[in-house]
Amino acid sequence: MPIKILMPALSPTMTEGKLSRWVKKEGEAIRSGDIIAEIETDKATMEYEATDDGVLGKILIPDGTENVSVNTLIGVMLEEGEDKSSIDSFVAGGNVATVPVVAEATTSTQAVVETSNSMQGSGIADVSYAGSPTKSITVREALREAMTEEMLKDETIYVLGEEVGHYQGAYKITQGMLDKFGPERIMDTPITEYGFTGMAIGSALSGLRPIVEYMNFSFSLQAIDDIINTAAKTHYMSGGDLTCPIVFRGLNGSGTKVAAQHSHDFSSLYANIPGLIVIAPYSAEDAKGLLKSAIRDNNAVIFLENEPLYGKTFEMPDVEDLIIPIGKAKIERSGTDVTIVSYSMGMQVSLDAAKELEAMGISAEVINLRTIRPLDIETIVNSVKKTNRLVSVEEGWEFGGIGSQLSAIAMDYAFDYLDAPVVRVTGKDVPVPYASNLEKLALLSVADVVSAAKKVCYK
Amino acid sequence: MAGGIKLTIEDAKKIYKDMVLVRKFEEKCASLYSQGHILGFLHLYIGQEAVATGFNFLKNPQDTHITAYRCHAHALLQGEIEPKIAMAELLGKGTGSSKGKGGSMHIFSKEKGFFGGHGIVGAQIPIGTGLALTHKRKADGGINVAYMGDGAFPQGQVYEAFNLASLYNLPILFVLENNQYSMGTPLDRTYANKKLYDNLPSRSIPFGVQSATVDGMDVIKVMEGAAEAMKYVRDGKGPFMLEVKTYRYRGHSMSDPQKYRSKEEVDHFRNEDDPILNFEKYATDKKLLTAEDFKAIQAEVKKIVAECEEFAINSPEPAESELYTDILA
Repeated sequence: MPIKILMPALSPTMTEGKLSRWVKKEGEAIRSGDIIAEIETDKATMEYEATDDGVLGKILIPDGTENVSVNTLIGVMLEEGEDKSSIDSFVAGGNVATVPVVAEATTSTQAVVETSNSMQGSGIADVSYAGSPTKSITVREALREAMTEEMLKDETIYVLGEEVGHYQGAYKITQGMLDKFGPERIMDTPITEYGFTGMAIGSALSGLRPIVEYMNFSFSLQAIDDIINTAAKTHYMSGGDLTCPIVFRGLNGSGTKVAAQHSHDFSSLYANIPGLIVIAPYSAEDAKGLLKSAIRDNNAVIFLENEPLYGKTFEMPDVEDLIIPIGKAKIERSGTDVTIVSYSMGMQVSLDAAKELEAMGISAEVINLRTIRPLDIETIVNSVKKTNRLVSVEEGWEFGGIGSQLSAIAMDYAFDYLDAPVVRVTGKDVPVPYASNLEKLALLSVADVVSAAKKVCYK
Repeated sequence: MAGGIKLTIEDAKKIYKDMVLVRKFEEKCASLYSQGHILGFLHLYIGQEAVATGFNFLKNPQDTHITAYRCHAHALLQGEIEPKIAMAELLGKGTGSSKGKGGSMHIFSKEKGFFGGHGIVGAQIPIGTGLALTHKRKADGGINVAYMGDGAFPQGQVYEAFNLASLYNLPILFVLENNQYSMGTPLDRTYANKKLYDNLPSRSIPFGVQSATVDGMDVIKVMEGAAEAMKYVRDGKGPFMLEVKTYRYRGHSMSDPQKYRSKEEVDHFRNEDDPILNFEKYATDKKLLTAEDFKAIQAEVKKIVAECEEFAINSPEPAESELYTDILA
């Protein structure tokens, strides 16, 4: 059976080209890999290499022909021992009019209207610890309890990062854990974020459950390729074959006079990525319950902590296995006049603002997002439908921030309920400065939140 | 393997078949790309067959493997992915190894320890180091073999990985498939120091990672080098770095006019140092295989590849509902 030589597509965008010159002549032997012709594409003159062995039987499109469509039959090759006469019957058999099969890219005629499930935290059952006994505990201790409890249950869990072991943690989150679990499970690393993040991901893909501590989330930028391109995308790219159960945790955000390179809220940056879960706890209960959930989850989780909150003491449910579901927000304070949505350090500011607003006769409902991706749309929308007003509060920047997403959600799901445009309170649009007075100006303030709430209430 | 490699007839048949399968599979890919069936990027392994084949011959079932985007050979051999399933993936079909969501650069088999198929040059090396960490923690006797090209070798993370693998004494064999060009840039325009690019694997030594170089156009030499390096790693002596000097016949990807090298250079390898021809000569000299054996294996492979093409072309595209699956586990 003769072998068709078709006009090749030699670049991802080529649909036709010029057959500049046949390098091989009729009757000449061809080895796979030999150059048989030169083709001018939209990009360059390319050499067309044979992918079969045989003899060039017949040239159908001569040198210099322009605008030859991809997949046009341009020649015929004979296999070893094949008779030349078979060409005529082959060509006569209608094989010349080979219709190009490339042409259109496969676009769906039906628009896909559903939104990805990964954006919705709705329908997740909440767990309530109301009525449970409580204990006073700092966020730092709550985080340590979460890791310790999970590590005692599952030997594949290990912590790695800079100074997590012998130094007892740069922020003392892992204090005492080296003695308890040993150096294989509390693994000190050199300052080599790209390397150890990739290593942690490799171990997660193959059966371990790493908790990567970044001393500061700014340092995760050294390894952001691994986080986004591998941890977030491999499950999808492998059609579900591989999973990457890993937690990236550490302090995030501003407010400690450490200047721009150590003061950055990464919430919206990581929340932009499908395949990641992004959590930002506020209280000790959040920290413990969500970190335990994150460790048990089979996905890559970005877990954003906050330094000023590490030492803050909260009353936390004192229960055997404190678990808070991922993707569920918490109404920290009920109200009727305005919904304030925030997370992490923004919660502190929002709750303080709510108190001031109360004194002014404005009843604010304050929602603690807890999980940023997937976002609990249901809780937010139900609250906006009740209060008809929305203020978002975040430490990060305005452009493409979490507030922008919340504002879009209010329009998508509660447009007819809004009595005022959504107002976003954010960190100022500047690199965070060092000087105390300037840093204070750059960050969130209670006054800004109060003023935003008054604005949407037209007061 | 002191005293060199001793092959049985069956071994020789397997090695020959593996190399011919990779060659013919890749040639079919080129043909299907030129017909518009394979889209996007397509990086072919033609010329480098002895490398994946040689290492594959020596693997243990518990070992893991990872490479970059030029991954078809490792997917077929180390990953033991059925050729038609791999081909369907290249055509973006629902029957492909990643249901058509990965494509040419992203083929995986967790079951067989093949972890891709990685599109970011060099990033597979720290990931391989993590695969080795799992071998060590689980004490499963396996090692990781992490492949990279000479284009990945200048990436900083490769040296971070050398340091970590050495620091934690991990069972990993780094393999540098040096095909002389990182895309279109030759070694002398990549590396500052001639002493270094003449002896690339020496770069691992300051990290305590021992290294060696073998001829990658001769599968027997690849196997001799790999056997020794694998033994070193399996014996718990720590990571090892093996450079395999090889050559790619085709362009970096399909739309590469190859203006950076001469035809004579390519022809030299194709005609005088081709890994398949080299092995034919070896197997004939050692009276392991005959010309008839070569023909029979070629015919067998040709049939497999024809079936791949038919299966892949006739497979359905992924269901539209697949757009939203496998985002989160």
